[in-house]
Amino acid sequence: MSSLLAVENLSTGFDTREGFLRAVDGVDFEIAQGGTLAVVGESGSGKSVTALSVMRLIDRPGRIAGGSHILFEGRDLATLEESELEKIRGNDISMIFQEPMTSLNPVFTVGDQIAETVQLHQNVGAKDALERAVEMMQLVGIPSPAQRVQDYPHQLSGGMRQRVMIAMALSCNPKLLIADEPTTALDVTVQAQILELMKELRERLGMAILLITHDLGVVAEMVDEVAVMYGGRIVERGPVAEIFATPQHPYTEALLDSIPLLGMRYSQPLRAIRGVVPSPLEWPEACRFAPRCDYAFAKCLEVDPPLLPVPPQESACWLCENGRRVPRSAEAIA
Amino acid sequence: MTTELSTTRLDLGTGGDPADVLLKARGVKKYFPVRKGVLKRTVGQLQAVDGVDLDVFRGETVGLVGESGCGKSTLGRTLLRLLEPTAGEIEFDGVDVLRLGGSDLKGMRRHMQIVFQDSVGSLDPRMNVNDLVGEGLRIHGLERKRRNEAVVDVLERVGLSAEAGRRYPHQFSGGQRQRIGLARALVLRPKFIVADEPVSALDVSIQSQVLNLLVELKQEFNLTYLFVAHDLAVVGYISDRVAVMYLGKIVELATSEELFRRPLHPYTMALLSANPEPVPGRKRQRVVLHGDVPSPINPPSGCRFRTRCPIAQPICAEVEPLLEDHGSSHGAACHFAGTPIHAATSPAGG
Repeated sequence: MSSLLAVENLSTGFDTREGFLRAVDGVDFEIAQGGTLAVVGESGSGKSVTALSVMRLIDRPGRIAGGSHILFEGRDLATLEESELEKIRGNDISMIFQEPMTSLNPVFTVGDQIAETVQLHQNVGAKDALERAVEMMQLVGIPSPAQRVQDYPHQLSGGMRQRVMIAMALSCNPKLLIADEPTTALDVTVQAQILELMKELRERLGMAILLITHDLGVVAEMVDEVAVMYGGRIVERGPVAEIFATPQHPYTEALLDSIPLLGMRYSQPLRAIRGVVPSPLEWPEACRFAPRCDYAFAKCLEVDPPLLPVPPQESACWLCENGRRVPRSAEAIA
Repeated sequence: MTTELSTTRLDLGTGGDPADVLLKARGVKKYFPVRKGVLKRTVGQLQAVDGVDLDVFRGETVGLVGESGCGKSTLGRTLLRLLEPTAGEIEFDGVDVLRLGGSDLKGMRRHMQIVFQDSVGSLDPRMNVNDLVGEGLRIHGLERKRRNEAVVDVLERVGLSAEAGRRYPHQFSGGQRQRIGLARALVLRPKFIVADEPVSALDVSIQSQVLNLLVELKQEFNLTYLFVAHDLAVVGYISDRVAVMYLGKIVELATSEELFRRPLHPYTMALLSANPEPVPGRKRQRVVLHGDVPSPINPPSGCRFRTRCPIAQPICAEVEPLLEDHGSSHGAACHFAGTPIHAATSPAGG
């Protein structure tokens, strides 16, 4: 057991009149101590529900299905008592969200809010907690932190608010930081600042990062390991370099080909994935990507492919049954 | 009009003919009053667009790129006179748009259309697709039968079935709603379309469908686009020429190839280096800009970018740099255009 977090067979869904509707359907992944994993997918893929499930922040009518395991340092968070869980949440595992404005309380100063987290989880007095808040704000690069602790969230820009969120998340030295689309609401130059900050803090503090994003550019820059989600499942996972260079699942491949790179021109049509991402109500029986897949054949419509080993990746595609697929470039040359 | 015609001209696009200017803007400004207090007295002016000169050639796509608050959307809307400009001149197809009124303006509007980012907010939820797409034709007085024919035709061209016409906006996905928005614009057979962040709200796999469609439709209908977006890779992909905006001004204007190969303005360089590219392990010099965009209510003196610029000098605070041609019709508004900038230190201090 070397991994910090091991998620096994995670299924999270919502109780509806039609029965239990799964948004995440049997997901497995691991993060090592100090490791970085990105869960990437489009809207409706189940990536955010996965992140919330790890923190067990799923509210009714949503619930984590029986048989799911979320092992953090060997303890199963899926079945842990709420009171025990509260000791881990915000302390060992903390989370930052996409929209820092809605995650901060508008009627308290940012200093008070960071200090509150510190007081709640660590046995320190109000004065020490506020000192710690100033320290944290300094760490995340907020200028003149001693004055800024007195600011209310609306007095800060979007980038500064996200820095406050990061300061709050890191105030108790977590072992795992879950970042759910941390830069999606930010402008590109501010996004660059926040990504640099997260990378630097990770190196300094040695925490593991679980990054949830739709942006493959952010993935390429931030993490070592990638899990691609589609239709509530992981369809491919592996080291970032191989996932981008020689994607094994047709969905990963199509996704990478559909983004224009800097310098590409319209004379070169983009790869389009036909149709739309299916909602959990209309997931196909077998392979969930099959109806949109250019390579689909009879078996894909009949039998659901498991994650097949194609070292160093794993891919849930029947084309990978006999080992690695030919990389795109080689295919194009042939 | 108050502004003099600019003497700088940046011609030579690749997709359009520079001798054939479809839209010509000179010294366009759009200020919004800032009101405060019980009496709602005007206490300042938000300078959303502050003196823009731009030529759009017939048949080309001009991209307008910048961060939030740079004035790119306001400029797009002002050029269509959906917002009344505070100052400046706008000529469309040789006609002074700002002098038009009443039915003349309505007639002109047929030729200039807009597609919005927010396909939920821009489509009336109580109208079905036939009515939504046919609305423009109805306003321009086309009878029902010919209207319906035109609607069916245009729906097919944007990749929707005729059957879709009887359905309502909420029954469609984001990508399909964006197609409805396009059909609404196209049904009037316009010459010019402002596409305001048309793909920003879409998932990547859907974004590429819509981008490909925009390219096809442009050829089919001989369109000219002004493509407004914040994503540099997307703007560069679809545009023949790209204008980079910062705090209400165009700071750099060049063909798409030129801009990526030889960026001259430090802001463009920073934008390019900040763009996260899906290429793992790519080693590059990253220019991290400090701070945030200043307020357009009280912009910095001289060059507006100087407060965040890694190569700013005293002159930048005093003299405002103008958009000047640096060869190959490549314009940049910087006293030190072309000076390479080096990776700044990370803002996280110890």
